Amino acid sequence: MRLSRDKNSFKISVGPVHPALKEPIQLNCLIAGEKIKSVDFELSQAHRGIEWIATRRNPIQILYLAERICGICNICHTISFCTAVEKIAGIEVPARAQYVRTMGAELERIHSHLLWAGVAAHELGFDSAMHYTWKAREKVLDVIELLSGNRITKGIPTIGGVRRDFEEKNHAKIIEAVEYYRSVFGKLKAIFLDDPVIKSRTKDIGVLTKKDALTLCAVGPTARASGIARDVRQDEPYAAYPDFGLKAITPDQLTGEIKGDVFDRIVVRLLEVAQSADILEFCVKNMPGGKIVYEEKPIKLLAQLKGVHGEATGRLEAPRGEVFHYVKLVGEESPYSWKVKPPTYSNLLPWIPMLEGEQVADIPIIAASIDPCMSCCNRAVVAENNENVLNHDMLHRLSVEKTENIRGQLA
Amino acid sequence: MFEMAKELLRQLFKKPATNEFPAKHAPKSVLKLLEKVSKGKARLNPPIPVPEKFRGKIDYDRNKCIGCKLCIKVCPAAAVVFQEKERKIKYICSRCTFCAQCVDVCPVNALTLSNEFLIADYKRD
Ligand code: SF4
Ligand code: SF4
Repeated sequence: MRLSRDKNSFKISVGPVHPALKEPIQLNCLIAGEKIKSVDFELSQAHRGIEWIATRRNPIQILYLAERICGICNICHTISFCTAVEKIAGIEVPARAQYVRTMGAELERIHSHLLWAGVAAHELGFDSAMHYTWKAREKVLDVIELLSGNRITKGIPTIGGVRRDFEEKNHAKIIEAVEYYRSVFGKLKAIFLDDPVIKSRTKDIGVLTKKDALTLCAVGPTARASGIARDVRQDEPYAAYPDFGLKAITPDQLTGEIKGDVFDRIVVRLLEVAQSADILEFCVKNMPGGKIVYEEKPIKLLAQLKGVHGEATGRLEAPRGEVFHYVKLVGEESPYSWKVKPPTYSNLLPWIPMLEGEQVADIPIIAASIDPCMSCCNRAVVAENNENVLNHDMLHRLSVEKTENIRGQLA
Repeated sequence: MFEMAKELLRQLFKKPATNEFPAKHAPKSVLKLLEKVSKGKARLNPPIPVPEKFRGKIDYDRNKCIGCKLCIKVCPAAAVVFQEKERKIKYICSRCTFCAQCVDVCPVNALTLSNEFLIADYKRD
């Protein structure tokens, strides 16, 4: 899509590196006065060739590659990849491992949503609210440390289970964190949802109608805030979710109405923090015993995977929406193909109806409201208008030509 | 921001949530401060212990290693290289992602996890 200019409008570019966006993407907005008339964006500013690298690695090595697709929702990508491989090889994951995976994913959701709430507050200019939410986020990082030893990148799921356990001695600490988040939820609700300034900056701003959300295939909290009660954990429950019986969160559960604006997206994420706390409590109380991994010896596992053929998909609900992994194994050490579709990829097009008609000053909060994660969705680089791209050789040649020109003139 | 203002006031009377620096304020001279500490005239805040399952720098016991190359096979970051002549491995810390997969796989426990995390250096190995 190209933006067509007329003489009353200006084009402004936000990004790829811009203080209002924490991630590399270029938003081109056509504005008339303060109003945004139309929007276009250019993706793939941070292509890393992850899928290509994976075709040169074995599945155990890919676990850690998958983890690095995204900094925040790292466990979701690993579990998704594992699920796909497990389906191909017909590996059954022990019940306890399913619970540990669920807990890891829910801890991550709390962490991600609180981080987002802080960023949203910062974008609106409420830095004290940002620090307060980020302080609240520390608690969940402490619990993640109990499981993995690290704060963010966990390295816990493996094909056929998990590598470390949530031992019984740590359960009290998890329950303590659950209680803490229940108390913090009330405060966050008061800070974010009852404040008149935040309300007027976010209500009826960046509206995504249910129809637009459906046509543009929005996922996760972005779709749920527009009233689409879809959640992979509810529609196609995996891991421990069938036992919990999760219901997708929509904003009307708290406010009684669905508008699909930025405010509703805050509501959905805060409610999901409370829901995740409930899931964590459920998991701790109902944790089955037994093994945590199907095959303890990674080398044996690799040998088994080397003999299998087939393709499968793994999908699950990451904090930002549905993550989708496709894997094809052809009886070799490395997979023949691995395709990843992260949630932000689906949530970018909804930016267009959200931003159109809004003011330039609303770009940061609307852009942030889908909780974008750009480097996750950079799967390909398209070099358009190749003749206009000056590469190093061309530049060097131009420079040499100039020197020679000047030399000729001086001689 | 009435609710926030109340919360901020409450926070004023609480202990800081962040971990303490060794010294509250940056000293004019670190060496002098250390000297004072060694004489017992000043006190540093002790470091926070690492979590129980912390995965730090990998320790390698050359004598135990049988050169089976399993760690090389699973290492996602090519942080382990094989030394043909000695039939031993070399661990390159600057490439390591601290996933501990090599520790899990080593049949003779030649690789172990340490608590060491201060690994910034001017030299690569
Ligand atoms: S910890 Fe992981 S990255 Fe580091 S050497 Fe071992 S396997 Fe390689
Ligand atoms: S797995 Fe252990 S024994 Fe085998 S090469 Fe590596 S360090 Fe040596």
